[in-house]
Amino acid sequence: MQPTDIQDPNYFHKVVDCQWACPAHTPVPEYIRLIAQERYTEAYMLNWDSNVFPGILGRTCDRPCEPACRRVRTEEKPVAICRLKRVAADNKGDISAFMPRVPQQKNGKRVALIGAGPASLAVARDLLPLGYEVHLFEKDPSGGGMMRSQIPAFRLPIEVLEEEVDQILDMGVVCHFGQEITSMKAMLDQEFDAYFVGTGAPRGRDLELPGRAEVDEYIHIGIDWLSSVAFGHTDSIEGKVIVMGGGNTAMDCCRTSLRLGAESVTVVVRSAFEVMKASEWEKEDAMREGIPIINNRPPKEFVHENGKLKGVVFECVKPVEEDGRLKYVPSGEPDVFIECDHILMAIGQDNHCPWIERDIGLEFDKWDCPVLDEVTLQSTNPKVFFGGDSAFGPENIIWASAHAHQAAISIHLMLSDKDLKKDRPPEGVNLLSTKMGVHEWAYDAEHDPSARHLVPLVEKESALSNVKVEVELGFDRALGEAEAQRCLNCDVQTVFTENLCIECDACVDICPMDCITFTENAEEDSLRQRLTAPADNGEQALYVSTDLPTGRVMVKDEDVCLHCGLCAERCPTNAWDMQRSVVHVPQLGSFAE
Amino acid sequence: MTFVAKPRVHHPKLPLNEIGLTRRDYEGSVSTLCAGCGHDSVSAAIVQACAELSLPPHRFAKVSGIGCSSKTPSYFLNKSHGINTVHGRMPSVITGANLANRDLYCVGVSGDGDSASIGMGQFAHIVRRRIDMLYIVDNNGTYGLTKGQFSATNDKGSTSKKGVPNLYEPIDLVSMALQIGASFVARSFSGDKRQLVPLLKAGLKHRGMAFIDVISPCVAFNNHQGSTKSYDHTRQHTENVVNADYIEEHDEITADYEPGTVEDVAMPDGSKLRLYKLDENYDVHDRVGALNYVQRRQEEGEVVTGLLYVDPDASDCHEILDTVHRPLNELQEVDLCPGNDMLQTINASFR
Repeated sequence: MQPTDIQDPNYFHKVVDCQWACPAHTPVPEYIRLIAQERYTEAYMLNWDSNVFPGILGRTCDRPCEPACRRVRTEEKPVAICRLKRVAADNKGDISAFMPRVPQQKNGKRVALIGAGPASLAVARDLLPLGYEVHLFEKDPSGGGMMRSQIPAFRLPIEVLEEEVDQILDMGVVCHFGQEITSMKAMLDQEFDAYFVGTGAPRGRDLELPGRAEVDEYIHIGIDWLSSVAFGHTDSIEGKVIVMGGGNTAMDCCRTSLRLGAESVTVVVRSAFEVMKASEWEKEDAMREGIPIINNRPPKEFVHENGKLKGVVFECVKPVEEDGRLKYVPSGEPDVFIECDHILMAIGQDNHCPWIERDIGLEFDKWDCPVLDEVTLQSTNPKVFFGGDSAFGPENIIWASAHAHQAAISIHLMLSDKDLKKDRPPEGVNLLSTKMGVHEWAYDAEHDPSARHLVPLVEKESALSNVKVEVELGFDRALGEAEAQRCLNCDVQTVFTENLCIECDACVDICPMDCITFTENAEEDSLRQRLTAPADNGEQALYVSTDLPTGRVMVKDEDVCLHCGLCAERCPTNAWDMQRSVVHVPQLGSFAE
Repeated sequence: MTFVAKPRVHHPKLPLNEIGLTRRDYEGSVSTLCAGCGHDSVSAAIVQACAELSLPPHRFAKVSGIGCSSKTPSYFLNKSHGINTVHGRMPSVITGANLANRDLYCVGVSGDGDSASIGMGQFAHIVRRRIDMLYIVDNNGTYGLTKGQFSATNDKGSTSKKGVPNLYEPIDLVSMALQIGASFVARSFSGDKRQLVPLLKAGLKHRGMAFIDVISPCVAFNNHQGSTKSYDHTRQHTENVVNADYIEEHDEITADYEPGTVEDVAMPDGSKLRLYKLDENYDVHDRVGALNYVQRRQEEGEVVTGLLYVDPDASDCHEILDTVHRPLNELQEVDLCPGNDMLQTINASFR
């Protein structure tokens, strides 16, 4: 294999599995260390800089970081990263001194943001400090988008939402709330210098089955229903409720129904439990509240009598694996009838931009998604950019933040007459030694074997009695500090300097995870099998040195390294050093600009 | 010296051996030797050898004298018996242990100071008596614990860290062991586990006195230019003649050596030693020839490594003394007291 190029910003970035998996590339280990040091404000600001909504995300994030956490591979359960983010948000002090300064004197460029969801808000945050005049258009009376309308208050208290939305609005956004945009043409006529569309994926899917038209009154589209609960238009649901669908919206619908007085709530899912789109913890939360989830039951017919819904007939299927994919075949059991009075339909949502005329040079693809450049997020109309769910279909808040950073860079480059691709700021990496002295490191190297800490919950009865009571109490400071110790500090890298190595094997002998091998070089496949422990996880890189005096190379499998620093501790010549890698992810207002 | 404790967590695919233990179960406490010390590699090699042989740790007696080398039994086989004895007196103590319980795996770890200076007499006599044990010398040619004076195995002309040459002839423990009765004599290098681990396995399984001289550089005081026991010098001047591996009946080749001439030697317990001869003219069963070869190459500044001599059928101390076949702690009164009739007979024979 060729020697590893550790100057490549992606090499060590990939080793920080959580940060790599995060769409916004939040520097997770760094903020976890700050929490361990009780520097909550700094931990919050580090998050805020990168993902814009730490308090909100600390409760609602889809957590792509957690399944990626190295701890899953070394010991099973990931660090509770999301909950630690909330610890930072809950305990932060006054952040006003850390907020970016917004110049009084504007730069003369006007940008319109359509939709006041997380994507638009994050674009506003990135552009305002550079002097842009930012106008925000929203049909609802207040900002927040789906974070307000679709996430129930028992998961995201309204104060938390408003605090972080207002932080941005207060930076000087010109708000046009309660104004639904009905024509993009008319918007373009207002001659803003750039437009950003962050209107989400607002259309909930429906199901055309026999009986659908007759029982319209009793069938509610999940996201619309949640929104009417959020804005106080709906405050109860009576009788037996069936929630159809297996995503996070379905979980929010069933748990909300339970709180609004439903006699019983049942979730019925077309597919198998394991492949449901809902996050693991959201399924667990629903089940803990006693809501049954019935799988492998595609609906067949709505049954009604005298115009009133009686229930739904479901087919029975079973999953069969074919060519690595799940297919569903009839299981042979007779159809089942489940009685109900209301149905909440949560089977997915789509992009929907009927207000964008199709003759203004803005192309849409066959799935009705705008045609975009994946890097710049620019549409076929060079002045119009998209982000969040309206760009590539439904994702989540953290993706909205990530898109926003890219769109903001693009807008800024365009309005500075630069090329959106060639002039894009590059990624970078800095390596800083953490060696403080003999046996002293600037990070907590010791491995903590504790199991993942459970989050305390509010008592079930009071949780179910009020839709606004937040279910998770979150970690207190002590639990937060304990959980922070579980982080393996994957951003403190094992950096190897070939010409210092005397090949004494001390690092090989001490490594608790058998990561290090000195061997003859070979092609990657054969090398992976010849190491002290076979490196079977092809997703994880091998760190290969140049040739050493004995003709061998040092090979380190990054897969299960604990970053405990023992190789560096035992190295007599400092050929190993523990160096903190700081990945620079380009972002307006951050390092590159 | 390391202050960060080695985490208990291990590689998720770390294999279990035949008795259900992982290699990590054979480790000891974290080493307090200097970082990069060759002795730690020797300890790691012992851990690996014992784990691969699936030997039960509680059947071991590990005994050492005084010195850096003699600290190392703390760093392997945590769950075994051990004594850190008086300087140079490891042989006496391990002789007692072995005579009392012949079923134990006796491992003695000593250093060049402990064996070639203060313990010279003890060394000579335990080899001569052919105690059934594995005698390892971590040989770094220096008194590391007292800041780097020349030891008795330091080569004449080799310099100290400050450049002062050694004026005296070295003692070669391998030659001595060959001369006075060891039935398994080997030399290896701490930086070459591929050779050392199979040798340790063979030595552990050999019945009788197995002696391995391991060149184990002292990174603090004897790893400079001018030293003949540094990592670099050893790598440049070793000549490997015969590698060995211990093969149990059910497993096949484990050592990955370059193909050469292979010879299997039957061991008394039915298993075998597999020898990989890198020098075809070398006869591993010729004691006098081995002695000559080692000394001649030494004159030429080369260090001969590998399994240098083996006699798998040689007798050990128990056989020589015709001792009882069971450990002493298993003998009951009925075994030890011949009874009144026998006593009367014995007494009568003196009348």
